[in-house]
Amino acid sequence: MGQTIAEKIFAAHLRDTPTPNNMVLDIDVVMCHEITTPIAIVDLMDKGMDRVFDPSKIKAVIDHVTPPKDSKTATQAKIMRDWARRHKIKDFFDIGRNGVCHALFPEKGFIRPGYTVIMGDSHTCTHGAFGAFAAGIGTTDLEVGILKGVCAFRAPRSMKIEVTGTMPLGVTAKDIILNIIKQLTVNGATDLIMEFSGSVIESMDMSSRMTLCNMSVEAGATSGICLPDHVTAEYLWPFIKDDYASMDAAVDDFKKWHSDPDAVYEKTLQIDVSTLEPQVTYDFKPDQVKNISELAGSPIDQVYIGSCTNGRIEDIRAAAAILKGKTIADSVRGILTPATPAVYSQALEEGLIKIFMDSGFCVLNPTCGACLGMSSGVLAEGETCSSTTNRNFNGRMGKGGMVHLMSPVSAAAAAVTGEITDPRRFLN
Amino acid sequence: MQQFGGIATFIDRNDINTDEIIPAKYLTEISKKALKPHLLEDLRLDDGSFDPESKELQQASVLVTRSNFGCGSSREHAVWALEVNDINVVIGRSFARIFRQNMFNCGIIAVEVSAEDLDMFFALSPEVRVDVDIQSEQLTATGGDGKKVACSFTLNPFDRKLVDAGGWLVYADRNY
Repeated sequence: MGQTIAEKIFAAHLRDTPTPNNMVLDIDVVMCHEITTPIAIVDLMDKGMDRVFDPSKIKAVIDHVTPPKDSKTATQAKIMRDWARRHKIKDFFDIGRNGVCHALFPEKGFIRPGYTVIMGDSHTCTHGAFGAFAAGIGTTDLEVGILKGVCAFRAPRSMKIEVTGTMPLGVTAKDIILNIIKQLTVNGATDLIMEFSGSVIESMDMSSRMTLCNMSVEAGATSGICLPDHVTAEYLWPFIKDDYASMDAAVDDFKKWHSDPDAVYEKTLQIDVSTLEPQVTYDFKPDQVKNISELAGSPIDQVYIGSCTNGRIEDIRAAAAILKGKTIADSVRGILTPATPAVYSQALEEGLIKIFMDSGFCVLNPTCGACLGMSSGVLAEGETCSSTTNRNFNGRMGKGGMVHLMSPVSAAAAAVTGEITDPRRFLN
Repeated sequence: MQQFGGIATFIDRNDINTDEIIPAKYLTEISKKALKPHLLEDLRLDDGSFDPESKELQQASVLVTRSNFGCGSSREHAVWALEVNDINVVIGRSFARIFRQNMFNCGIIAVEVSAEDLDMFFALSPEVRVDVDIQSEQLTATGGDGKKVACSFTLNPFDRKLVDAGGWLVYADRNY
């Protein structure tokens, strides 16, 4: 019987099968940030277990609240910083070099096809875009990952999502994943790995694939995953060029991870994007999704562009294309946080930051910030935000606030008009 | 081994996310105890039937809810917020993967039962007590009027090993 990509990765990393349905895997990359790691560090210290299994396989960043907003967040950062120094963790990214983990770590070339990746962060699924098995975990799993380099999962079961058709103008990967979540519901993929395939995925850049995989958890999925191909190889080429004779050789090698034609899937979802419209969430669950035209005209107070979902250079370019030469509505506060220093720097070089600032946007440093309501753009009660982030839970960006998830293109259009707006009116 | 069960509190809603269980603003705490006053503090149900200040929640050691409990953020703080409030059993139709694993990783239990069995529990008179027999995988709920209902459940064999060991860190340290 054939295997899925997830089954192949599990088989290649299998350390133990404590029961036939449970697998303990060797982990290639344990990623850490300052919200879920310090409490793990403190607990390990209390238990006399302050060790790391392999400092070269641990990647750490301060990204959620940076610069610190108060003494407590400064303390979390300090615990991380001291720990990274103590254990000689070379890949530790502190202020000035830090960015949103799921945008920063791919940029550094840390994620490769066939890898196993864990982090105490539910959006770790983002890295499945590289053909890796990447899953969010809690702090106890993180402690074991740091200490032993292993993590336990149930035997992988996959669902196949085939995306075909022609991408209409104004429709992005964000709109596709919102539509998928709408169809599956918030627990339609629980305990499943979402394997993305089809012509639309094959022609997507890595940034869009990351957006897709990033939100797979919003349908309950353990992870999203894309088959690694020439797009993956081109992105990773600066980091893998010494390992392969040519890019074609890398692409060939990646094929060993591809799902077999007779692999077994729990279910399949087919989507033709040709008639898809820009999507937007309403209410407080990420499966509450409508065509943007149905919500057009709803007033908004804030526009937030950034996050691990949509804070990469491609997202900023797409939003800037709408904002260019325009001013945002008087009633709106615009906030841009490029996801990493490299994204910020590239956006400066391309003149995109100037477009945002001229339009009236506030440009912040890279941080997770307001996406989870911790800092840098928290909403007041009764306020509404058009956001390129990933969760519209009640109170997510601030108690009593309402978040409408949408693409960077749609968020930019909302900034200009001050209300939810079909972005296609600005595109032609 | 740890005993499970006791006074139950009920939350009649699907998809309660970990932001609702413990809001992100408390994720800056380094101590689990500091989460104690904030369990479910922002949760509001449409029918107004939930009060985070209620005596029932303060006294509970079992939480009974519906499907997909614990979805969203991976924060184990959601489990700790329950734990420091002496809640060591959550019963529901289904759980989000990370939350469910976090429960067992801490050596406490997330029990999945059928929708019919859940309805039966929800229908009991107030002041419900739930007894959990983890060896025979049996739940017994007793309403305030003395009426009893019972059902069986199945724990994943690996999750049971974690509960027996007292959590994943102890298990992993012993085995890997």
